[in-house]
Amino acid sequence: MSMSVSRIARAVAAKDLRIELRSRVVSNQVLPFSGLVMIMFAFALDNDDVLQRVAGGLVWLATLFSLFILVQRTFAVETYDGALDSLRVAGVNPQGIFVGKSVALFVQLLVLESVLFLAAIVLYRVNVDGSGIVLLVTCVLCATAGLAFVGTLYGGLTAGARGRETLLPLLLLPVVAPVLICATRATESALRSGGVTVGEGWPWVGVLAVFAAVFGLGGLLSFGSLIEE
Amino acid sequence: MTTDSVINFVDAVAVYNGYPALAGVTLSVARNEIVLLQGPNGAGKSTLLRACAGLMPVIRGTANVLGFDLTIDRESVRERVGLLGHQNGLFGDLTIAENISFWSTVVGASVQEQTSAMERMAIDGKLANRRVSELSAGQKRRCALACLVVRRAELWLLDEPHAGLDAMGRDEIDRIVKEAAASGATVVVASHEIERAQQLATRTVSLVAGQVRDSL
Repeated sequence: MSMSVSRIARAVAAKDLRIELRSRVVSNQVLPFSGLVMIMFAFALDNDDVLQRVAGGLVWLATLFSLFILVQRTFAVETYDGALDSLRVAGVNPQGIFVGKSVALFVQLLVLESVLFLAAIVLYRVNVDGSGIVLLVTCVLCATAGLAFVGTLYGGLTAGARGRETLLPLLLLPVVAPVLICATRATESALRSGGVTVGEGWPWVGVLAVFAAVFGLGGLLSFGSLIEE
Repeated sequence: MTTDSVINFVDAVAVYNGYPALAGVTLSVARNEIVLLQGPNGAGKSTLLRACAGLMPVIRGTANVLGFDLTIDRESVRERVGLLGHQNGLFGDLTIAENISFWSTVVGASVQEQTSAMERMAIDGKLANRRVSELSAGQKRRCALACLVVRRAELWLLDEPHAGLDAMGRDEIDRIVKEAAASGATVVVASHEIERAQQLATRTVSLVAGQVRDSL
């Protein structure tokens, strides 16, 4: 019996999030790691003006570093005991798996980014006002969706590969470079870093939305082939 | 091919890492049979099971499983086949009940089917709520088999199901396989536990170098 994509996606997302809540990899490993990255940046730059100017970029860089860990973790769960093979043998719709894993990754990234922005406010003393908040939230949602889709897509691609731990960052980093650039520009506008206005940030958010749509659609169409032998 | 054939391979060839792991296999398995696949390491037992499950392409010859031609379409057969390989396909941080519930949801099994599968595998309330990572090898195998049951697999492909189990665990696997066959499933078992598996099987097929040597 073929199940609907949405039902499979809900089951996969719920399963991934439940596993994360039990294993606490995000809270015990990824969050401390990204927090350390933020602190190291603060020590390295050691200048409030510079830190406030580059805070957006630092948050997104720390997010990207953590993305690699999260993507590897989310697929390690599937490959450790052959669950991905079992899903394939069971004829489970790969689109449902793609959407479900993307949603779970999206939620974990959102939690991580919330903590990172709080850290930026505390450590780098950045401020955001009402109109900036709307831009910032939209930027975070679009950038996170793009990162979740592309992370799931490349995670699936490298899941069965030898040396996937090193292969994943190598393949993923160039692809997510547009997200880093656009999200940084949009965040700088939201925080009004370096005299830019909030209005200047919206075109960058548009690019992020297009990026998310392209990789979301691409993932839906190609994820099944990527996880085949 | 008889009308009741579940598996019908004629001169089937499958390549694994550039090596012909199946080098012209001819094999027919009838409904409700329990077939033991035996042979030395590298004979192609696991490859044959994976090919039957539609996981590995058959590049030449005839390969029909449950009426599906695997040389044309490997995906349609998957919903009706259950493969238990060297790994169990379980999530260690979830409980047995959560694993079975997950599989039930993604394959569309009802809560009743889920409960029935757990009863058949003698998984009671206390055991059901234990995390898979805390279980013995035999308990994990039982859980994996319960997941096959909720999938209503018509063809069970078991790769070394007795591996790593104690005597009691092996007896349990045998009981489950017999029950599956009695309830209408066809079972193909690849095993090095020849004596035990021969007692279980209705027929033994020997594979050597990717070919069927004899079928008794």
